[in-house]
Amino acid sequence: MPMTTVADPPRPLGSTMRRDRWWIQPVMIVVALTLFGIYAVIRVIINKDYAITAGGAHLESPFFSPDLPGILSFHTSLPWAFLVLWSPLGLRSSCYYYRKSYYRSFFLAPPSCAVAGAARRKYTGETKFPLVLNNLHRIFFYFAAIVIGFLWYDAIRGLFYHGSFGIGIGNLIMFVNVICLSAFTFGCNSWRHIIGGKLNCFSCSTAAQKRHSAWQKVSILNRSHMQWAWISMFTVWFTDVYIWLVSAGVFSDPHHVF
Amino acid sequence: MSDGGIEHHDYDVLVLGSGGSGLRAAIAAAEAGARTGLVCKSLLGKAHTVMAEGGLAASLGNVAPEDNWATHFQDTMFGGKYLNNWRMAELHAKEAPDRARELEHWGAVFDRTPQRTMSQRAFGGHTYKRLVHIGDRTGLEMIRTLHDKTVHSDVEVFMETTITRLIKDGERVVGCFGYRRQTGELIAFAAKALVLATGGSGRIYKITSNSQDCTGDGYALAFEAGAQLVDMEFVQFHPTGMVYPPGVAGLLVTEAVRGEGGILRNKDGERFMERYDPKRMELSTRDVVARSIYTEVKEGRGTPHGGAYLDVSHLDPDYVKRKLPSMYDQFLELAGVDITKEPMQVGPTCHYFMGGVKVDPDTGATRVPGLFATGEASGGMNGANRLGGNSLGDILVFGRRAGEGAAATANASGAVSLPAEAVADARAEIEGFLHGSGTENPFHMHRELQKIMGDGVGIFRDEEGLTEAIGKLEELDARVANLRAPSDRLDYNPGLQLCREVRNMLTVSHMIARAALLREESRGAHSRLDHTGYSDYWGEHNIIVEGTGAHDMSLTPTPVVKRDELEELVEARKEAEKAS
Amino acid sequence: MSETIDLAHAPGPRKLQIWRGDLTSGELVEYELETEPGMVVLDAVLEIQRSQAPDLAVRWNCKAAKCGSCSAEVNGRPRLMCKTRLDHLPADQPITVEPMRAFPLIRDLVTDVSWNYRVNKQITPFTPRENLKPGVEVNAKGEFLIDQTDTDRMSEFRKCIECFMCQDVCHVLRDHRLHDRYYGPRFMMRMASLDMHPLDGVDRLDQIADEGGIGLCNITKCCTEVCPEGIHITDNAIIPMKERVVDQRHDPVLKLLHRTPNKGRIKPPPRSETPRL
Repeated sequence: MPMTTVADPPRPLGSTMRRDRWWIQPVMIVVALTLFGIYAVIRVIINKDYAITAGGAHLESPFFSPDLPGILSFHTSLPWAFLVLWSPLGLRSSCYYYRKSYYRSFFLAPPSCAVAGAARRKYTGETKFPLVLNNLHRIFFYFAAIVIGFLWYDAIRGLFYHGSFGIGIGNLIMFVNVICLSAFTFGCNSWRHIIGGKLNCFSCSTAAQKRHSAWQKVSILNRSHMQWAWISMFTVWFTDVYIWLVSAGVFSDPHHVF
Repeated sequence: MSDGGIEHHDYDVLVLGSGGSGLRAAIAAAEAGARTGLVCKSLLGKAHTVMAEGGLAASLGNVAPEDNWATHFQDTMFGGKYLNNWRMAELHAKEAPDRARELEHWGAVFDRTPQRTMSQRAFGGHTYKRLVHIGDRTGLEMIRTLHDKTVHSDVEVFMETTITRLIKDGERVVGCFGYRRQTGELIAFAAKALVLATGGSGRIYKITSNSQDCTGDGYALAFEAGAQLVDMEFVQFHPTGMVYPPGVAGLLVTEAVRGEGGILRNKDGERFMERYDPKRMELSTRDVVARSIYTEVKEGRGTPHGGAYLDVSHLDPDYVKRKLPSMYDQFLELAGVDITKEPMQVGPTCHYFMGGVKVDPDTGATRVPGLFATGEASGGMNGANRLGGNSLGDILVFGRRAGEGAAATANASGAVSLPAEAVADARAEIEGFLHGSGTENPFHMHRELQKIMGDGVGIFRDEEGLTEAIGKLEELDARVANLRAPSDRLDYNPGLQLCREVRNMLTVSHMIARAALLREESRGAHSRLDHTGYSDYWGEHNIIVEGTGAHDMSLTPTPVVKRDELEELVEARKEAEKAS
Repeated sequence: MSETIDLAHAPGPRKLQIWRGDLTSGELVEYELETEPGMVVLDAVLEIQRSQAPDLAVRWNCKAAKCGSCSAEVNGRPRLMCKTRLDHLPADQPITVEPMRAFPLIRDLVTDVSWNYRVNKQITPFTPRENLKPGVEVNAKGEFLIDQTDTDRMSEFRKCIECFMCQDVCHVLRDHRLHDRYYGPRFMMRMASLDMHPLDGVDRLDQIADEGGIGLCNITKCCTEVCPEGIHITDNAIIPMKERVVDQRHDPVLKLLHRTPNKGRIKPPPRSETPRL
């Protein structure tokens, strides 16, 4: 039987002896993730103005890549982008960093360290449905890695305007975005495990030694996984907004074709 | 079992102390089939061994293949100024490699060589790179390994239990008495054999690298039980402790800082070790480096906070952070100094007691039947000065031997019981601390004691200072019977704890001061301003302390215990030293 | 960041509010004391014990941030009192010092942490694999052959000083009191260091997942935030162990391929008891 003591944690949500403004971070995370989620859904439903094509350009919004209607030659007004978007969104929602941030900010379990969380009849962590599905993070990673391949293809293809090499603001944005997304995706904890972390011995074979050095490199990215998570979320967002505005004719993308 | 409010336990072997030596002894006793109990004054795994940083000296020869036990033995003897018990130094040098390998098999993880064997680093006084280590937290690695091994051996552990008395039946030790610190409940142990692994007594000095627990309990308990103690005048002052800020003064700065290439300078930027020991420089033995720093400061060449500069800023910052991570943290957190950029300020700090209970080298038996001692609580292995790295070997080698020795005695012994009068006596002492009519505050008396020892029995000593200190200690003797805890509550009462500890520390202080007065020479860690050279007589004699009580303490010079078959090795080393 | 202590600036008096009480009742009691430069919270508490409150119960030992005894909650955050400088805490208000909350109180600042020792006892100790390859994994003298790269990964976890602040701040233990179902970050890390030992011969994944309860950890990383040794408990120990458990029981691809982790390691006998608080 757990003993009850006078020094037991105060039960009401948010009770703490901390003096700092610990609630700022969860509030900011709730705001940012909610806005991004709403934006993503609305954007996919709107389902237009997602590629810059003026002047022979070919700049595809990351929300709509790969361009399934283009590749498979079909036309639909339905929000088809969901057919792809589940994988990067799944990667993010099962990502160890995002889990930390939404368990804290949305589930209040706990809202911050040494701050009392929301009272629950029964806490089960990640042992029961649906949260146990977060263990499938690596599956989302496999698919998201394929999407990253398409985004690199998009970024490189974007450098060619009617077949001629050119460069513009849109291209720069596309490259910055795909670099940040790659840094996020390949700093993944599951990837770090698969590439080498699962080995019990880093030195026992030549292959293990190679995997160890790969593991070390992934570990470097992983150390700033949180930063890459936020940066890449905002670069995706910004890239899409930019392409939307240009393709809707609000302004044109400054570029130079050689 | 409970009797008149006293919890009672019965063991074949009872080990007092849960540092490296106590844990190793308990493991050995349990493996030898003895029902074994282990009493810790603190929580398990918090003992002073965690503070050991540099490494464990063992002549594995992984880095220097030419290393062997004989060289390690010679280094130990030279470091101890030939006052060591030869047999102990021999056993230690011979068995330390096996003890190091054994730790690995129990799960310890040490730094590696490129050949994937245990790496070894250089340390003061060691001819070759010899110290097995992991970063600068070797002691923690050892204690965690031994702690886990103990927990999974058949050993019952009593945490936060303070022992205040050894109990004898006639001439033989048959158990001990004390209380549980968390509740104040009294507790008695009957044991066929009892191992003291209680560590040193650094807390008799204000400036010390020692934990709160290091209050010389084992020295005092053994003395009161009739055991002999040896070499008590030799107190090692580690050359490099922090000197600032005041709250952390004395905190250890590992010798590994110098082992990795740290340089000592005075305020004028002079590398002063060139004047004191041009051959070994910073890696001279601890006594020499400590005295050199002390002398620099005393002659006006100290740093603003009264120490010397110790500098590693010429080394690669990443290397420093990897090899000395806890030093880097310690200075950054506590002193606001980034050691990769600025020098540290360091000065001598009380670190280790070479002296201790006199034991049989092979079994750890004291002269009192049923009583054994090991580790820092025992004396003889280190002579007049201990080399860095030898204590971690010492605790393993002699911990195992004492555990086996105690188990052998226990297995050959019939049942023992605690005489009722002795138990009643021990109980009365504790109740006196709580409810007696005394008026002496243990916190204040502890401070007074530290001042007496710091002023009169510090790193440099002379007849006048020692005599004065002994006089003051005698004044404390008169008052110590009047100690009383400022509060009479039973649960976790810090005053009660300190009452008995102050008594123990006072007994130990007497031993140190009196032995220091008797030894009219300077040797190893013992430096007399009025007798600066070596004396031929004292070079052949240890001082044995014994008595029937604190007021009846006799000191007897006794010839060093030699061994014929080692004569050649020792002579060869003496010749080599003369030649250089 | 380097900052030197300003000598000209006298530190002056500070107020501390220390939790005083036992299982029946208690309150924060305010004390005032003169401070010295560089003073840490433990210095202040011991000075108060010496001069104002001689029965103040506080557990401490090395005072060098190496033994992990003096854990407490300072201004609401778990900290080692011996490593927390007063001048790093806001000067305009009293400093609160309270016992850890995830464990039963004994008195004042001292809590009963024995549950942690009961958990530790349940963890199968390091057991070298049988048939270690001579010359490759063990040499003729019986010394292990291990590479520094493997040592480095394990030794991060072995820096742990068992202050139990990660256990204290873990909401699974602190808020939900699931001490009988989750071993806590300290022991997840202990099992990680054993599981990552190249020569260990025990298959620990069932214990990690079942008795250890790794699924209850929702990786909110407070353990990592409070660790005084700077160990990346969540990223380097718990998440890798979660991933190994995924290998063993969740990954559909590995199941399809009949790939099971920990080949050559032997499952230990079931644990004798569930550690309860």
